[in-house]
Amino acid sequence: MGRINPITERRGLRAGLIAASLLYILLFLVLPVVTVFTEALGKGFGGYFTAINDPAARSAIKLTLLTAAIAVPFNMAFGIAASWAIAKFEFRGKSVLITLIDLPFSVSPVISGLIYVLLFGAQGILGPWLAEHDIQIVFAVPGIVLATIFVTFPFVARELIPLMQEQGTEEEEAARSLGADGWQTFWRVTLPNIRWGLLYGVLLCNARAMGEFGAVSVVSGKIRGLTNTMPLHVEILYNEYNIVAAFAVASLLAFLALVTLVAKGVLEWAYGHELGGARA
Amino acid sequence: MSSAASQRSWLTPSVVPGFGMTMGFTLVYLSLIVLLPLAALVVRAGGLGWDQFVAVVTAPRAVAAYRLSFGAAFIAAAINIVFGVLVAWVLVRYRFPFKRLVDGLVDLPFALPTAVAGIALATLFSKNGWIGSVVEPLGLKVAFTPLGVMVALVFIGLPFVVRTVQPVLQDLDKEVEEAAASLGADRFQTFRHVILPSILPAAVTGFALAFARAIGEYGSVIFIAGNLPMKSEIVPLLIIIKLEQFDYRGAAAIGAAMLAASFVLLLVINMLQRWSRQRMGG
Amino acid sequence: MVIEVRNVTKRFDTFTALHGLNLQIQPGELVALLGPSGSGKTTLLRVIAGLEFANEGQILFDGTDAGGRHVGERRVGFVFQHYALFRHMTVFENIAFGLRVVPRQRRMSDSDIKKRVNSLLSLVQLDRLADRYPTQLSGGQRQRVALARALAIEPRVLLLDEPFGALDAKVRKELRRWLRRLHDDMGLTSIFVTHDQEEALELADRVVVMNQGAIEQVGTPEEVYDSPATPFVYEFLGNVNRVPCRIENGKVSLWGVDVAAETHDGATLPAGETAGFAYVRPHDIELLPAGQGEPAVVRHVAAAGPTARIEVSVQGVQPLIEAQLSRKRYLDLGLKVGQQVAIAARAARVFPASASPGPPAGPAGL
Repeated sequence: MGRINPITERRGLRAGLIAASLLYILLFLVLPVVTVFTEALGKGFGGYFTAINDPAARSAIKLTLLTAAIAVPFNMAFGIAASWAIAKFEFRGKSVLITLIDLPFSVSPVISGLIYVLLFGAQGILGPWLAEHDIQIVFAVPGIVLATIFVTFPFVARELIPLMQEQGTEEEEAARSLGADGWQTFWRVTLPNIRWGLLYGVLLCNARAMGEFGAVSVVSGKIRGLTNTMPLHVEILYNEYNIVAAFAVASLLAFLALVTLVAKGVLEWAYGHELGGARA
Repeated sequence: MSSAASQRSWLTPSVVPGFGMTMGFTLVYLSLIVLLPLAALVVRAGGLGWDQFVAVVTAPRAVAAYRLSFGAAFIAAAINIVFGVLVAWVLVRYRFPFKRLVDGLVDLPFALPTAVAGIALATLFSKNGWIGSVVEPLGLKVAFTPLGVMVALVFIGLPFVVRTVQPVLQDLDKEVEEAAASLGADRFQTFRHVILPSILPAAVTGFALAFARAIGEYGSVIFIAGNLPMKSEIVPLLIIIKLEQFDYRGAAAIGAAMLAASFVLLLVINMLQRWSRQRMGG
Repeated sequence: MVIEVRNVTKRFDTFTALHGLNLQIQPGELVALLGPSGSGKTTLLRVIAGLEFANEGQILFDGTDAGGRHVGERRVGFVFQHYALFRHMTVFENIAFGLRVVPRQRRMSDSDIKKRVNSLLSLVQLDRLADRYPTQLSGGQRQRVALARALAIEPRVLLLDEPFGALDAKVRKELRRWLRRLHDDMGLTSIFVTHDQEEALELADRVVVMNQGAIEQVGTPEEVYDSPATPFVYEFLGNVNRVPCRIENGKVSLWGVDVAAETHDGATLPAGETAGFAYVRPHDIELLPAGQGEPAVVRHVAAAGPTARIEVSVQGVQPLIEAQLSRKRYLDLGLKVGQQVAIAARAARVFPASASPGPPAGPAGL
């Protein structure tokens, strides 16, 4: 192109801006991820697999999977119900409700854990009653699950609300006019229309559920082999200067993050117009 | 029945079914998971009494922690507003190899567990790390200093400004820039007077989001921070330390103060987003 | 089926969309609800369908109150303005939907469903497109899928919301005639909403003209066009000249004709002299050589086509007056811009100024 385009920059400047951006991304995003994998393989593949096969590591992996397997479906059901109520109906107080649903995103993870300790802990408001009935929530799996549900609470709802609002209610009205009942309308008309948005929300919800650290760290008690999730196990290993093992477990989480990003990118690329909001 | 539905003035009746069930579930679940536990925090902090609450919240160690958390969060968000706009600009306006990959990578801090980011950053910036070994001989000590806190907060805040500015830049009408050019503005003047005002609300919103996220951040910070009381101890860590010392009330008090700060920020962010939408001419 | 709308009032928050409407529709009729946007026509259609619920009043189907039943139980076929096709289903599955959601004990067998859908597909001439998705169809094709889908449940009434609104002019005309034939062949009772007067007048047996949540007039196309009951109907239906005038003792003398003033709501005219408006259709205006009546000056001539449109100015009358002459008459008069002529009215109607709506709705009417 010989002519000078009036609304772009000179080539040198353009190259400079691109280089600065890439350097920034390289320093803050690429290098940390590369570090995780190089440190994990610091003692070769043998050391890597020994670290992952350690019984404590395996129980942490199991607990993380279990936590996500409970938290994600709960928040998925909630997300569908909330977005249905909010997007398909007109009622007063809607914007307040949306703000409340988003609330967990603006609460520090540590406070997200703290509130459950204050409610269910030994010195908590319900603590004496729980102790009397021999129910343990804090420093046990239920507390970890609750804290995880809290921090991942808005993910699915937040994806689905704008999507359902965009889609309106005409198709549901058409289904009703053709004689479909409520569940038929949901399963046959609404759900197929929101499936990719739902998957997108579930993907993000799952990534956070498996990776949550702060909130879980407060409620877990970090009992090795019992209440240790993967991120907590990473912390313990790291603080014990067992660097290779720490990074080996961390590499699994980093891998999960990368898979999530790729899946997210594929969804945006293939079904962007069915994701709602500005994801196209 | 329809006649009953039409009596409820706060709800517009509709033939779409399931409002009662979905709204009921939403409210119960929201109350049990979010509102009730948050109320417990307020009740606990309130149990201290006003004077004691103030004493705990304004103790020197707490004030030092606020200064670090808020200060580092502010600087990190400020760095991200500059580089966030730059990255968004480059991603929207230019073509270069692996652009899609870079675009996808921007979300990494959302997806990477904070503990993983924390140990990776601590390793990178430590004396023997790839970056630390370069900058430390120059007298720039990052790991285990307040500077490390800031580096971690830059990492976790990176996507916010990019992701708020990007769609605005994408929707920006090219004709406006052509008009500016046709009226004799040079490229810098066009950016300064035409483009920047359009993206400013979005950029400031991104800044506020990054800032709000950073003041509560824990996992990515504690490994690189050093965690010395009065020096490199962030507020969330202080809460955990109080919990470990079984000082539940102290933890609740500082937690409540932080929560209040988060609410104020949430309000500000909502206002910013409204401003941003107005600017977009919605 | 007889549909009766009895005293129906519908409010949204503070806005009243329908003010106590009454309307009766006979079996086999094709009725148009015609009005500008915001006139309440779509709301009325949705209330009849059971998609909205009236705050007051009743909808009766063959004499029984349909109020407690929602849209799915009323057996109405509703064609949505933007068709509301299920985007993830093929044309075939869209049409079959209403047959598949029937409770199992009453549901047809799969092969019967297939037969019914195929016959509907050929009815709407879309046999070859059964496996397409809605996004792969043109507007006219989508419209026909929506129609076939609504017909699949063998509705007692067919309700169509702006059925041709989203189509281009040529497709619109074709589909209009086709819909009229379909309605006659199937012996349906149909109601459709439109803002296009030409469409309403051409297609419907009866036209319901609506304005601001109220019914202005109900009648056959000839009735509403030739004897509009209100100034609004005059201005909304077809081109009309609105001439300010003085009513004296209930009468107006305008350009050679004496016209009795009337009110549309049965109120008595004020005695003595009042302000009023005379409504004269352009084709009811005659132009004569100068000196044979009220003087006028030719200001603009558009003579292409079978009729000539002449705009003239008359002393003391604000907007230009539009006259429509046959081509022959125009040539005989040899009209040119600036020429002095005389104007006469063959027919006119007069309403007191108090009955007049605001500014004229304009010839096309939106």
